[in-house]
Amino acid sequence: MAVALVLVLIVVGSILFHLLSPWWWTPIASNWGYIDDTLVITFWITGFVFAAVILFMAYCVFRFRHREGQQAAYEPESRRLEGWLTIVTAIGVAAMLTPGLFVWHRFISVPADATEIEVVGQQWQWSFRLPGADGRLGTSDNRKVTPENPLGVNPDDPAGADDVVIQGGDLHLPEGKPVKVLLRSIDVLHDFYVPEFRAKMDLVPGSVTYFWFTPTQTGTFEVLCAELCGVGHNVMRGTVIVDTPDNYQAWLQGQPTFAQMTAQNQASAADQIKP
Amino acid sequence: MVDITPRAVDAIPPAEVPEVELYHPRSWWTTYVFAQDAKVIAIQYACTALAIGLVALVLSWLMRLQLGFPDAFSFITPEAYYQFITMHGMIMVIYLLTALFLGGFGNYLIPLMVGARDMVFPYVNMLSYWIYLLAVLVLVTSFFAPGGPTGAGWTLYPPQAILSGTPGGQDWGIILMLSSLILFIIGFTMGGLNYVVTVLQGRTRGMTLMRLPLTVWGIFTATVMALLAFPALFVACVMMLFDRLLGTSFFMPAVVEMGTQLQHRGGSPLLFQHLFWFFGHPEVYIVALPAFGIVSDLISTHARKNIFGYRMMVWAIVGIGALSFVVWAHHMYVSGMNPYFGFFFATTTLIIAVPTAIKVYNWVLTLWRGDIHLTLPMLFALAFIVTFVNGGLTGLFLGNVVVDVPLSDTMFVVAHFHMVMGVAPILVVFGAIYHWYPKITGRMLNQTMGQFHFWVTFLGAYAIFFPMHYLGLVGVPRRYPELGQTAFIPDSVHTLNAFISIAALIVGFAQMVFLFNLIWSIRHGKEAGGNPWRATSLEWQTPHTPPRHGNWGKELPVVYRWAYDYSVPGAPQDFIPQNDPGTGRTAMGMA
Repeated sequence: MAVALVLVLIVVGSILFHLLSPWWWTPIASNWGYIDDTLVITFWITGFVFAAVILFMAYCVFRFRHREGQQAAYEPESRRLEGWLTIVTAIGVAAMLTPGLFVWHRFISVPADATEIEVVGQQWQWSFRLPGADGRLGTSDNRKVTPENPLGVNPDDPAGADDVVIQGGDLHLPEGKPVKVLLRSIDVLHDFYVPEFRAKMDLVPGSVTYFWFTPTQTGTFEVLCAELCGVGHNVMRGTVIVDTPDNYQAWLQGQPTFAQMTAQNQASAADQIKP
Repeated sequence: MVDITPRAVDAIPPAEVPEVELYHPRSWWTTYVFAQDAKVIAIQYACTALAIGLVALVLSWLMRLQLGFPDAFSFITPEAYYQFITMHGMIMVIYLLTALFLGGFGNYLIPLMVGARDMVFPYVNMLSYWIYLLAVLVLVTSFFAPGGPTGAGWTLYPPQAILSGTPGGQDWGIILMLSSLILFIIGFTMGGLNYVVTVLQGRTRGMTLMRLPLTVWGIFTATVMALLAFPALFVACVMMLFDRLLGTSFFMPAVVEMGTQLQHRGGSPLLFQHLFWFFGHPEVYIVALPAFGIVSDLISTHARKNIFGYRMMVWAIVGIGALSFVVWAHHMYVSGMNPYFGFFFATTTLIIAVPTAIKVYNWVLTLWRGDIHLTLPMLFALAFIVTFVNGGLTGLFLGNVVVDVPLSDTMFVVAHFHMVMGVAPILVVFGAIYHWYPKITGRMLNQTMGQFHFWVTFLGAYAIFFPMHYLGLVGVPRRYPELGQTAFIPDSVHTLNAFISIAALIVGFAQMVFLFNLIWSIRHGKEAGGNPWRATSLEWQTPHTPPRHGNWGKELPVVYRWAYDYSVPGAPQDFIPQNDPGTGRTAMGMA
């Protein structure tokens, strides 16, 4: 009796917790509302199954609890019942998987007009690189990393000369324009994670990974690292600022290019050599 | 309605091979320490696993103290926090759950349940335990080594696992961790081959595969899986040791560590992840399948009703075991692997939900029209179903590739896997201990302490891990020793974290009561007799309780029926033991 009651209370309590708790996801700031929709569908289906199974169990515990003289039924199996349950379960699973795979297809199909930007991780800070006037990022290599060239941009690649390098500063993005984020790591695994954008992806040294999204809200968003990267993991923070297109252009004009940075670094290095 | 008990007692063929003389111990040392009796080895395994598990429990308190009250404990540095979570995870998954289910329950129950005198290779079985103990000692050593244990997370992802930004990366921690795992796998392989060969070759006359209790099916399938999955971890450990000690580049590309160019070139961090999860996902089921098997037998025995759909249960166990080898990369949806893999692995992962759901249905359908005795093993079985269904369903979020993207690496994942492969199997471990303790010691565990232990553990664990999912939904990342000032995280998250921490401390305390009960009842428990639960399977039919070396006295039992003849209509009592030749038709039930 008490056991059956507790089982019912667990179901009721869990549902109430879900509906009333203040802990829910952040307001979305990207195009990935589809992900939220799929997640909500999954909540409905799984919530229903959870309630159904546990309430049925509670009923059994109440109705068939041991009493004097009671005997259990002898019922080895029922192919019909098992067959039906298998089919219904398969349908439920398909109802979650199908929208999931459709949305995944969108997730990995980068629109042709997406701007490529680069996010570079290292213990424990974020750096960014934007293509210059030519719209292309220059090649890069961890073996070319030096104190003057912290992101390992290839100085011999002309496409890289006009790239905008943001070392330790904020990343700005224009609202409403799709971005393909190329991810690269100098040292260990990291993960570029902005909860409001929903999308995230690991940075893997030795390869370039990517994901895409379209910022849909202007504002300031915090970047976290979501893949354990050593003792500074939780303090590896950055900032993404989504601007209106005009503000974005104004900001972009003020940023130095890779060529300018290199020249400046060489000049200051030359200064140090002079007595 | 199909009847799957045999129609009539076929002539049981004579044994084809004469019995082999057992090695009989000659001294206290060979009886209790260097023992070759599987039952003694089982107890050695179980005690060692529980002892190291206690360490993991204390580590979980420390990490929860830090998460709940981040400013209160200055001795829990980020380094220490990462060491705590790493060792907690590794101990719980490998050194406690795997060792306890297979080395503990496997050793005790397989020979008894299949009607054998012992494991087929008793000497190798003994070595298996001693190598396991060595692995545990090496692991414990790392707590005292310079730099402390590794803090790379239980997944040990390179490159960070072997670099200086991670505790133990350039000290002894990671070396001892990898060495300990290698030892564990060697020891496990010795035991595992034993379990498999004993189930296949050591069954007594009449014990067909389709008459095995589901406990044996679960442990057997899990052991086969472990023998196939652990080699992937083994090679990964060897390769990482080479990278760390010999400067090879299996997993190490060209990287710059804190401004210094390292000499590694061309290795692949993703290769490690594939190897790790090719082991790691089957590992989930290596822990879960024995729990599935055991809980089936607990429910059947204590509801006095045959397990519903036995054949389907067997095929579900085997099917889940096979499928679990083609789902591993669902741990890697945001790892940067080829994104097209997502379609394949999401599909296989969600397919595995079907046989898993069938198992759940059959458990609750076994309760239907049963005669449910709410004993402690039954209570733990019910609690298992609640937590397993809950944790299994959240797996459908994480398995469905695109839904995983926002939730991956958040506390949602932590909550999910704790519920499904932490809490649920451990509840089965408890249920199983309350169930078989009378056979092992001859005495019952104390009921009052047991009830207290059950309610605090079940409700407390649910209170810890159910709300934790919602932290992940907010976006709280896992493996953060403190959240600090983060714009999107409201203050209420800190309140919830403190609540979870307090619940964790209370649940931990209840385990002390359980441990006390285990020791206290050896002397003071109520006398149990040979078959206190009136169960059908062979281990309850031994001539002595606790069973002696050789298990069966002079004659091996002969099996005439499956393990689920409960409440057979017309039978004189509500159970018929497997070795009861019965009275022909009536005893066979509905033939």
